[in-house]
Amino acid sequence: MPAPRHKAISVTPILFIEQVLNGLQFGVMLFLMAAGLTLVFGVMGLINLAHGSLYMVGAFAAAAVAGATGSFLLALVAALAAAAAAGTIVELVVIRRLYHRDHLDQVLATFALILIFSEGTRWVFGSFPLYLNIPDYLSGPVTLPGGIEYPLYRLAIIGVGLAVAVGLFWLVSHTRLGIRIRAGESDREMIAALGVDISKLYTVVFALGAALAGLAGALVGAIQSVQVGMGEPVLILAFVVIVIGGIGSIKGALVGALMVGLTDTLGGVLLPALFRLFLDNSAATTTGSALASMLIYILMAVVLIWRPRGLFGVAA
Amino acid sequence: MKLRSLIAAACIGALGTAAAASEDTVKVGMITTLSGGGAGLGIDVRDGFLLAIEQAGRDDIEVVVEDDQRKPDIAVQLADKMIQSEKVDVLTGIIWSNLAMAVVPSATARGKFYLSPNAGPSKLAGQGCHPNYFNVAWQNDNLHEAAGGYANDAGFSNSFILAPNYPAGQDALAGYKRIYDGELAGEVFTKLGQKDYASEIAQIRASDADSVFFFLPGGMGISFLKQYADSGLDLPVVGPAFSFDQGILQAVGEAALGVKNTSQWSKDLDNAANTAFVAAFQAEYGRLPSLYASQGYDTANLLMSAMDAADVGDAEGFRAALKAADFDSVRGDFEFAANNHPVQDIYVREVIKEGDVFTNRIIGTALEDHSNVYVDDCKM
Repeated sequence: MPAPRHKAISVTPILFIEQVLNGLQFGVMLFLMAAGLTLVFGVMGLINLAHGSLYMVGAFAAAAVAGATGSFLLALVAALAAAAAAGTIVELVVIRRLYHRDHLDQVLATFALILIFSEGTRWVFGSFPLYLNIPDYLSGPVTLPGGIEYPLYRLAIIGVGLAVAVGLFWLVSHTRLGIRIRAGESDREMIAALGVDISKLYTVVFALGAALAGLAGALVGAIQSVQVGMGEPVLILAFVVIVIGGIGSIKGALVGALMVGLTDTLGGVLLPALFRLFLDNSAATTTGSALASMLIYILMAVVLIWRPRGLFGVAA
Repeated sequence: MKLRSLIAAACIGALGTAAAASEDTVKVGMITTLSGGGAGLGIDVRDGFLLAIEQAGRDDIEVVVEDDQRKPDIAVQLADKMIQSEKVDVLTGIIWSNLAMAVVPSATARGKFYLSPNAGPSKLAGQGCHPNYFNVAWQNDNLHEAAGGYANDAGFSNSFILAPNYPAGQDALAGYKRIYDGELAGEVFTKLGQKDYASEIAQIRASDADSVFFFLPGGMGISFLKQYADSGLDLPVVGPAFSFDQGILQAVGEAALGVKNTSQWSKDLDNAANTAFVAAFQAEYGRLPSLYASQGYDTANLLMSAMDAADVGDAEGFRAALKAADFDSVRGDFEFAANNHPVQDIYVREVIKEGDVFTNRIIGTALEDHSNVYVDDCKM
């Protein structure tokens, strides 16, 4: 039997633009995760491995509420509320005791939280993935100028992500809470001495980060799968993002997230296409895919060589 | 999870106490995945296995169930413990091929029997085959080959194929291409665990494919199907049953409706053993059985059929009794090929909605009496 013959996929302008949109969408989702992580690290100096669990909590809360009420908006509200509540409880009960411990203790304790959240969720919701779908009014593709068909829901995600980014910048640069957050980043003892209730500030920042992670989980859960352990792969990428962007910097998180999103998406398409120029199709696919999955880590290494504290990091 | 294992062990304890002293009690060690993301599969295998034993009302089988957490090192530890301190006669239960590769060769080398209710890596079917290793489910390539057979029957001539970049994914695409006669519009390896397929879907759109074949087990498949349905693409999709099985289908929802998938079992297979199994499983556990449950159930029935014919202490006789496969499989006809892997029909199923529940019905046969390509590599 002759082996089936291949036809190479060529990278047309339409395909390229579609992939740029996909990269943007992936990037803004990563930003929602990374923003919380970078705030918590910047303000409290805490490494929170359980951030991915809060993403999962958001997705499960959204799936449960969407299943009960049928309303996607209510589901999003529930995701925000549940993740913020879970974040608040975790901060009050566990995290609070870790601020003065070293990073290894923090990693151990928050890793334990991952296990507790995962098995706890499995206890409540069972082992099988939950159903959460895109609401009817956002489903299906729309035709963009130039004849590109693109899913409306993904455009909505880009919109929500950018709106949250603008909101966060405004919060940090123009509100009293933002001033305190920035002050907390630069000198913890001093703002405590000035009479700011630092422990309340920490709880608020942690809950805010948790709510953003929960929102990301719910938004992504609708197009992916809502299941136990969904948060950890995203968590790793979110860490890459904050390392590239500079720890503690919201602007860095946004730029880093978009860079990682675009690099990952475009690399996955362009690298195999590039290898097809001088390798046969199967080999090009395998090599290209393997290299593409390393690309963001190569990006991170390059950025760190050039700027050891990340793009927008400040010297400690 | 410990608690579930304890409950299972307690149930079995109740069954087993009467016979604990009996000389010909067969002790079975089940190592399967009961916690974490892949737990649904292990739970179904366990429930199907225990159901068959309960139905038979036998008191000469003792089952020890342990959770491998989907980790090869833990599976190896459990196997050692079961062989050395529990002194089991038969091992079973492993879901994942990498865990099976870590456990099976050393267990069979130590004279234990291993009955696989799921994992069927090509190494264990070919050069690494062993007279004490029986796979009751399939050789891993089977369902992909069947998908290729269906593609030929359906007249597909330009498929876009994708799978994760890991051994089982590469085997999947190789299996499809082995039977499929047409051309390939594209061949893409995705990242293992990838959840966003916008990029691949854009490539499918940009290609001139007339069909899509994918192997994306677990959550990956849920994500792909939801995103594919939302993309507005309407090329026919075919894949192995893993992404369309009972446990996972409710999470995919409408997006899976009408999709063709290949499987050696379906709940509407018309034979007496299957009808009884489906009814009993629903009555016992309050949910529809999955493919994995059917495999667990068949594994237990195979074991019991061999116990009726030979004593487990008589390795030669027990081996022959297993090989005879003298049991009523819920799949209908069932026999072992020379390398102890099934020769069986593989069907094409379509995802439908029955009332509120998404499920499958059989629409045709993709491959009849299908064996596997590794038979000739197996020297035993």
